[in-house]
Formats: sequence, structure tokens, C-alpha cells
Amino acid sequence: MGEAPVTRAPQVKTTELAAETPAIVEITDLSLFYGATKALKNISVTISEKIVTAFIGPSGCGKSTLLRCLNRMNDLIDNVRIEGKCHIAGQDIYGHDIDTIELRKRVGMVFQRSNPFPKSIHENIAYALRLHGTNSKSEMDEIVERSLRQAALWDEVKDRLHTSGLGLSGGQQQRLCIARAIAIQPEILLMDEPASALDPIATAKIEELILELKKDYTIVIVTHNMQQAARVSDYTAFFYMGQLVEFDRTLKIFTNPSQRQTEDYVTGRFG
Amino acid sequence: MQRHFDTDLANLKQQLLTMGSHAEIAVSNSIKALLDRDEPLARKVIQDDNILDTFEVDLDDRGISLIALNAPIASDLRLVTVAMKISRDLERVGDEATTIARRVIELNAEPQLKPYVDIPRMATLALGMLKDSLDAFVEKDSAKARAVVPRDKEVDNINRQLHRELVSFMIERPTSITRALHLMTISKALERIADHAANIAEEVVFLYESRDIRHQKTTNDPT
Amino acid sequence: MSKVNKPFNSKSVDRWSVFFTGLSGACTYLIIAILFLIVGNIVWNGAPHFSLRFLTTGVDAGMFNVSQSGVFPMVVGTAARVFLMTIFVIPVGVITALYMTEYSKRNSVIIRLIRGAVNNLAGVPSIVFGLFGLGFFINFLGQNMDALMNPASAQAVWGKPSLLWASMTLAVMTLPVVIVATEESLKSIPPGLREASLALGATKLQTVVKIVLPQALPGILTGAILAISRAAGEVAPILFTGAAFSVQGLATGLTDQFMDLAYHVFILSTQSPNIEQTRPLLYATVMALLLLTFVVNIAAVIVRSRIRRRMRSFR
Repeated sequence: MGEAPVTRAPQVKTTELAAETPAIVEITDLSLFYGATKALKNISVTISEKIVTAFIGPSGCGKSTLLRCLNRMNDLIDNVRIEGKCHIAGQDIYGHDIDTIELRKRVGMVFQRSNPFPKSIHENIAYALRLHGTNSKSEMDEIVERSLRQAALWDEVKDRLHTSGLGLSGGQQQRLCIARAIAIQPEILLMDEPASALDPIATAKIEELILELKKDYTIVIVTHNMQQAARVSDYTAFFYMGQLVEFDRTLKIFTNPSQRQTEDYVTGRFG
Repeated sequence: MQRHFDTDLANLKQQLLTMGSHAEIAVSNSIKALLDRDEPLARKVIQDDNILDTFEVDLDDRGISLIALNAPIASDLRLVTVAMKISRDLERVGDEATTIARRVIELNAEPQLKPYVDIPRMATLALGMLKDSLDAFVEKDSAKARAVVPRDKEVDNINRQLHRELVSFMIERPTSITRALHLMTISKALERIADHAANIAEEVVFLYESRDIRHQKTTNDPT
Repeated sequence: MSKVNKPFNSKSVDRWSVFFTGLSGACTYLIIAILFLIVGNIVWNGAPHFSLRFLTTGVDAGMFNVSQSGVFPMVVGTAARVFLMTIFVIPVGVITALYMTEYSKRNSVIIRLIRGAVNNLAGVPSIVFGLFGLGFFINFLGQNMDALMNPASAQAVWGKPSLLWASMTLAVMTLPVVIVATEESLKSIPPGLREASLALGATKLQTVVKIVLPQALPGILTGAILAISRAAGEVAPILFTGAAFSVQGLATGLTDQFMDLAYHVFILSTQSPNIEQTRPLLYATVMALLLLTFVVNIAAVIVRSRIRRRMRSFR
């Protein structure tokens, strides 16, 4: 009867909940109209820095629309009118002195369908860099490599940087789009159903990538795959019919939501 | 592909092993307190039990969040559920150690009834089972885990034997009844610890072989 | 009749099917036959008189003289007016199409108006364009320019038929073709590309110039090819605006009148004092016209397929 073995395990910390971080996006009483239709109804939500926030909800609930408010992509659609405030890093992005070019540089976006330019892999990223004044070749090459590494794509494409981005597989194309978006080092990365057109393996890769990227970027992801929201996000907002039903820690939403509608949706009873 | 989820699972496993070490220490300390008539050590065991309680609650939380957020399947799912069950067993082991420690404090107030032979033996056996089942968990060695299960019988036998011995003590000398009952409780607690160890071993077999070997008469049957 | 499964090998002949297969095939072959008849006839009759001398001499020695007359000034004149027209029509057409697809609100009143105008423009007979060129470019624009720039002189510099006005008239005529072709190709570009560029912080202009236009290039070239094919053989629009019966030497400036192949064919077939004698010359001239159109077309098609191939290698 000697000493009991105690060497097997080091002490691990017992809680791993997302740390509280400062707010970066503050949406206050925001409504959006398509003509006379009110598509977003008085949304108020605060998104914190360097964590992943997921927008979930059934199709047509307004989650993508809200996402596109954050980089003013809705400006491109005719007859859209927005009421309320949306502050990013303290600035009202719908203020009259806002330069959407600068805004979109700081708030990058990845789309549902991968949309690399019909240019080479290198050029896809270089295009974004040139827009914002990077012209030196060595600097360009460096950023291209760094972005592709961050997007976990470098090893797969380093030998064919000058071949077409469209020659890549769907998942690779989407990672190229992510690399392109992060090349200009935005503060926020918006992802509009980034994996909905991909097979499970490619989806898993994108999800792993998101978990890596959140170390450096604030990520807002729209997804209709609830499990995806559960896997990658720290906070989840549930939308229904243009309204924000519930916004809370993802674990809370998926284990003990406060609203009946949320529970019904995450358990698959409707939607 | 390395998944972030793998890190979560590794952390869960690690935490379970830490908990296992705490449980082992609790048991061995409680017996040590008995043998050395060390009251402060016994009190420490009682005090430290809340560590195991915290671990259990925390492991449950982790398990639930891993299930809720990652929807684990196949071996991942077994790992999470098994970890939750093992944590419950370990917490019970801690409770039994507390029971032992309480009795030790009582016993230490009086002269020793008899030289302790069977109880340390039981403790060594039970702790051996606990250690081997946890090792089997770490080493992914289901054969080792299977081998643990029948060892429970030996502890049971000693328990019964000690029981008879203590009964005869009580018949002979009524002044020994209190102490004999304390020792009986300690013996019973050790027997329970061995049961929990066997349970853990069964869970480990389920984890690595996906085969449920509980409540079977012939636990060695590999079919 | 009881339900009996027919064996698989009891295939019966569907007479209507056979008939229509034959009919549609016959129609297709008829087209080819007509084309061969026309081209064959011209080549058969024109080739004997088609020579290097024919291509490199003018009409100074006698316009209707088979052994001495040539088509050199006409080839140059036609090439020049087609070339100038392309330069005028492509930018205007492309920019119009860009406005319609990229800048304006979709299906606004203005756009519907423009689209209607484009379609109507395409339906206007070419002689009307000729008269328009005479009335607008020469009599209005040209004469006013003369009055402004050189009020003292009675000599018309701009206010007379010239290469410039003929090319511009042709440009107006072929504008709808270029607009429609460019618009179609702009519409076929995935909207995702524009969104991607804008979301990266590109301006609208950067997006259009660097992403949209390169993608639309093959479509624009298709428009150019169609415009060139149509313009090369047209006589009516240049009849009053620049083509001349006979000019000494070559057209060297924008304000010069010029001799034109298509117009020359018209002259040879209507003005000749001796039809029988002129006929071989006529065949050779028509052959030159066909060849010129053909060469320009082939060149454009080659350029376009090159661009497409380069784009496909990036696909």
C-alpha cells in the first residue's frame, strides 16, 4: 500500500466558455424595407470581437439580409431602405460621411457560392491587394503566401499559383475566397452560408478554418445548418420572420434556449 | 485532418484522468489514515471530496455541451458518454473514501481492535483494479479492462471473510462491537470501490469494443 | 385485345418520324446548296480575272476595261470605312450596354425606353440611315462646322460626303447589334463576381474595368464581328454620305470621298456601257468583296477564339 499514482494527468482548467470580449458591432433598432415589405424588424444585437457569432433561422428569416447590412452590400439592391443604427467599431456605418469602400475593406465577406475571379490563384489575391495600394511584388508574394497559409490552402496550391482559381475544387475555391478576403486584413469577416454548396469533408475543412481564424478575426456566419452553428460559433442569434427571437451563448441556445420558438427550431420541430 | 473537436475530446479525457488520480489518492489516503492512525489525513480526505464532486459536475457539463454542440457519433459518442459514466463512478469512489475516513476518525479515538491485515489487502486489490481500469482507458487496452472485471470476486470474498471474523469478535467481546461495525463499514466501502472499478472496466470495454459486457454471468467470454 | 407484352425486337417504323427527319435534313442541305451555288458561281466566273494586278491597280486606265481596271482603291476605301466604323461603334455600344446592365436601375422607364429605341433602330432600313447621314451629319453637323471654323471660305470641307460621315452613318446603323451583343454577354457574367469585387472594397468603376469588361470581351467581339459583316456589304448608307463614283488616287483623310467595293459592284452592274464586257470584271469585283468580308470576319473570329481560350485556361 504505497502512494497512489498521481502522475497520469496534469490539471486542466475546468471551464472553457468563451471569454468576454469587447463589442465591435452594435446594431440598434435596425429595420430594413424592400419597398413596402419590412424584412428586418427592429433588430438590436451586439457582436463581440474575435469570436464567432452565428445567425440561424429558417429560409427568408432575414439572417442573410442582416449580414449584408454589416458591409452595406444591401446598397446594391434597388428599393432597399434601412432605419435604425448599426455601429461598427464605434462608427455609424449608415452615417452620411461613411465611405463604403473603406467599410468593405474593414468588413470582408465570403459568399454562399464560391466566386473566385477567372484569374490565377495568385491574381485572385493580388487583385484585392492592388485595390488597396499594395504594388511591390515581394510584398505581394509575401501576403499571398500568408493569406493562403491562413486559409489552409497553401500546401495544396503552392506549386500552381499561376493556374486558374477556377481549376480548384469547390472547397478549395471557397478557401481561396476566404484567403482573398483576409488578404486585406479586415477586422470582421462575414460569411454567408460559406459551406452550403460543399460536400461534408470540404465543409469540415471550412469549419476547422473558421475555428482557426477566430483567433485573428471577428467572424459572423450565416448558416442554415444548425449543427454547423453549434460546432463553430460562440454566440448564436436565432431569427424568425425578420425578428431576432433569441441571442445567447451557443451552448445555451443548444442546451437550454429561453424561447419556445428557438427550442422548436433547434430541435427540428419546425423550420 | 486534425479537428478542433479532437482537442475537446482530449481535454475531456485528460480531465477524467485527473479526476481518477484524485479518487485514487482519496482511497489510498483514507486507508493510510487508518493504518497510521492519522486523523488529520482522514479529515483531509473528507475535505477533498468536494474536488471530486466539482469534477463530476464539470465533466457532465462538458459532456453535455460536447454532445449538444458537436453531435458526436461512433467512437466519439462512446467516449463522451463513457466519460460521463466513469466520472459518476469516480465520484462514488470518492464518497466511499469519505465514508472510510469518517470511520477512521471514530476508530482512531479508541485503541486498535486488531492488526489490520485484510483491509489493506482489500484496499490494494481495489486500488489495483481502479488503476488498471483507468490505465486500460488511457492505453485503449480493452483486454486489460476485461481482466479487471473478475477481480471483483476476490475482494468480495475477503469482505465476506472479514465480515465473519468481525461477527465472531462482536460475539466474544461486546465492547468491540462499535469498532467492529466501523471496520465492517470500511470493508464494505472497499468492496464498493472494487465494484465501481469493475464498472469502469466494463465501460472501457464498451468504449473500445462497442460491446456491452454488463450483467453477464460469464464476463470472460469473448463472444 | 388482351394485354400482351411485345417482344423488345418488334421495332416498328414510325413513318412520320422518318418523314420529318428527311424534311429537316433536306432543308439544311438546301441552305448549303444555295450558299455553294452563289459562292461557286462567283468564284467560277470571277477567279479567271482575279489576279494580283487586279487587286493592286485602280480604275484610271478605264473603269469598265476588264484587262486594265482594278479594285485597289475600293478595297482600301471599304477597309477604311469598316475600320473607322468599328472604332466609332464599339466604345459607344459598349458604354451604352454597360449603362444598361451595370449602372441603371433594372427595368426602369429609361432602360425600357432605350431598349425599345435600340430594337427600333435595328429595324430601320439601311437607306434611311443613308438619308439620315446626309441630313444630320453632312447638312447639319458638317455645314455648321464649316460655318464655324471657316466662315470666309465657300469651299466645303466638312459639309460634304466623306469617309468620316460614311463611317459614322454605318456606326449608327450597327449600334444596335453591338449593344445587344454586349448586353447579352454582360448579363451572362455571374453576379457573384461583381459582388466579390465590391465586397473587397473595389469601386464600381474598378469592378467594371477589371472584372466585368474582361469577361465580356468575347461577347463584345461577337458584336463587332456582326457589325463588320453587316457594314461591309452595305451600299445604301454610304451612297449619299461618302462613296464616290470615281476618285483620283486613294482616300487619305477623313474628309476625303472614297471609292468602295460594294458601291463599285453597284456601279459596274448599272452604269456599264457594255454589260457583256463588264460581266467578268463584275464577278471578280464581287469576289474581292466576298473575300474582304471573309478575311475580316475570320480575323475577328480568330481573335475572339484566342481570347476565349485564354479565358478558358483560367476557368
